[in-house]
Amino acid sequence: MPPDVQRKRTMTQFLQVLLSGLSTGAIYALAAIGFVLVWQTAQTVNFAQGEFIMLPAFFVLIGLNWFGLPLWGAFAFGLAIAVLVLGYLFKRVIVQPMLPNGGLPLIIATMALSIFFKEGAKQFYGAEAQPFPSLFPQTMMKIAGATVSVQDFGNLAVAILAVVGLTFFLDRTRTGRAMQATAQNPAVAEILGVDTRRMVLYAFLINGALAALASVLISPIYLAKFSSGEGLGLIAFIAAIVGGFNQIKGALAGGLLIGVLDNLTATYVTTQYRAALPLILLIAIILWRPQGLLGVSEGRRV
Amino acid sequence: MTASRLKPLLVLAGLAALVIAPLGEGNYIVYTLCSWLIFSIAAMGLNLTLGYAGQISLAQAGFMGLGAYVTALLTLAGWPWLAGMAAGVLLCFCVGLALGFPALRVQGHFLAFITLAFNSLFFLVGRNEAWLTGGTYGLSEMPRPSFGPFSAAKQLPFYYFTLTVFVIAAALLWGVLRSPWGRAFKALRENPIRAESLGLDTRRLTLLAFAIGSAYAGLAGSLVTPLVQFIAPDSFAIGQSLRILLMVVVGGSGYFFGPLLGAAVVILLPEALRVTEGYYLMIYAVLVILLMEFCPRGLIGLGARFRDWLAPVHQVHADLQQASEP
Repeated sequence: MPPDVQRKRTMTQFLQVLLSGLSTGAIYALAAIGFVLVWQTAQTVNFAQGEFIMLPAFFVLIGLNWFGLPLWGAFAFGLAIAVLVLGYLFKRVIVQPMLPNGGLPLIIATMALSIFFKEGAKQFYGAEAQPFPSLFPQTMMKIAGATVSVQDFGNLAVAILAVVGLTFFLDRTRTGRAMQATAQNPAVAEILGVDTRRMVLYAFLINGALAALASVLISPIYLAKFSSGEGLGLIAFIAAIVGGFNQIKGALAGGLLIGVLDNLTATYVTTQYRAALPLILLIAIILWRPQGLLGVSEGRRV
Repeated sequence: MTASRLKPLLVLAGLAALVIAPLGEGNYIVYTLCSWLIFSIAAMGLNLTLGYAGQISLAQAGFMGLGAYVTALLTLAGWPWLAGMAAGVLLCFCVGLALGFPALRVQGHFLAFITLAFNSLFFLVGRNEAWLTGGTYGLSEMPRPSFGPFSAAKQLPFYYFTLTVFVIAAALLWGVLRSPWGRAFKALRENPIRAESLGLDTRRLTLLAFAIGSAYAGLAGSLVTPLVQFIAPDSFAIGQSLRILLMVVVGGSGYFFGPLLGAAVVILLPEALRVTEGYYLMIYAVLVILLMEFCPRGLIGLGARFRDWLAPVHQVHADLQQASEP
């Protein structure tokens, strides 16, 4: 094989790996952003975040297979149930009554919740991995000479669009700014006439919607399985911490970074220790830059 | 106070019960009792981290695994159990310091995440480095310890060996908590700001609590090795860490005997719920959520609340009460 063809081929492979890394990373970012929103507005460290992404895929499947809805109807059904259960009910039944008990009981409760969701999906839908319909055709297309999968490209586009839309909402609308004020200083926000309880509720609803979106995007690739949230939750935490725990754009950067690094490691270095990479990244960040790559140090509060 | 007079008697009675408990029982019951004692040791260690220093560690199973593997490798190489145990405990203590040092520099629940990462890494290494750990097949045929004429090869003597280690570990922890140093832990738990303003180095105390707690997990692990005589990475995965955390929380974190009760509940409850077949983990999860919602201080806390409700005592401010004790 002539050297320039060889080079072109490795280049193409690199681009493909990069794009599919970005596309998975953008989905991680959706999970991480929801995690950060809930953390900021309600000081809730949600250990069930991975299951929050596993579950909506099953809601969609229930809509498809049990109620016989068309694909788009099933997606809408999944989104609605996710916002209701993972957003509203999670806040009202789990978080709100437990906030006065301090952070620790709530963390334990979210761990128990993750067991509950996992076992629930297994008992009520089945232990086998379920195929999941994709939003995008399973074909390849050419961009700038490189062949890339339409699915990867579409996932990346949808996820980025969602993040841009969310950022716009938070920065440019009255409600979004009120939510930010609630996250920064609830007492002052309340004095200024912000309905803080409603803002906190919005954060939970958005988390439910983001989880549903992430679920719909990732399930065609990794299939819908009761245990598929286990790794995802950890990656969402790590993405949030790596990017900076108090920043939405940090969570986006963290998610993308982990997605890309993960794919590069798996392709070029080792598949055995693929899962170790985000963990090592986490330890390195905590050692050298605990406020995260894009985060701002909050100073020490005792 | 009558309660403090009663306590040593209760402890003695409990100890006597532990001594006679396995007599006449089958191997399976004795095995379950052993594993209860072992998990109690691990949970007591986590109780120090969680209940006294207020930090979450999700690596208790990983530390158990570290202790178990070190003990297994050394005893398979012909070392005595005591040496293997000491090496495992020491290693866990050092790894605890190394993990806790960076994580505790920053506020928030960073220790939880970093220990979660450690436990996952431990699992990966255990599974992938087959030359050392035996990979997914694990290590087996580790010898049981013997001390002179006493051999713990059979199940009943092994139970008494485990009980001895448990009592020593519990007594050491009791001593630590009663020392001026342990009182500093309590100060840390009750009011970190006040503790710091009184000149306590809260960060160092927290770090030490975590390292000691991890060392206790190592000790528990070094007992798992001869009990099961087979270890594999699956037994020390993150799910197991969550189980130990549940033991502490369900029993009552911050209460000395909480982990014992919690370990009993967490080990026995699944057996009791087995009639519900596949639903037992769901029921279990709901019970934990309800407990956290209505009584975050665990079962012992629930008991204390019930006692107060039956016979309300004159409320004394915590500091004054301690000063008024003889």
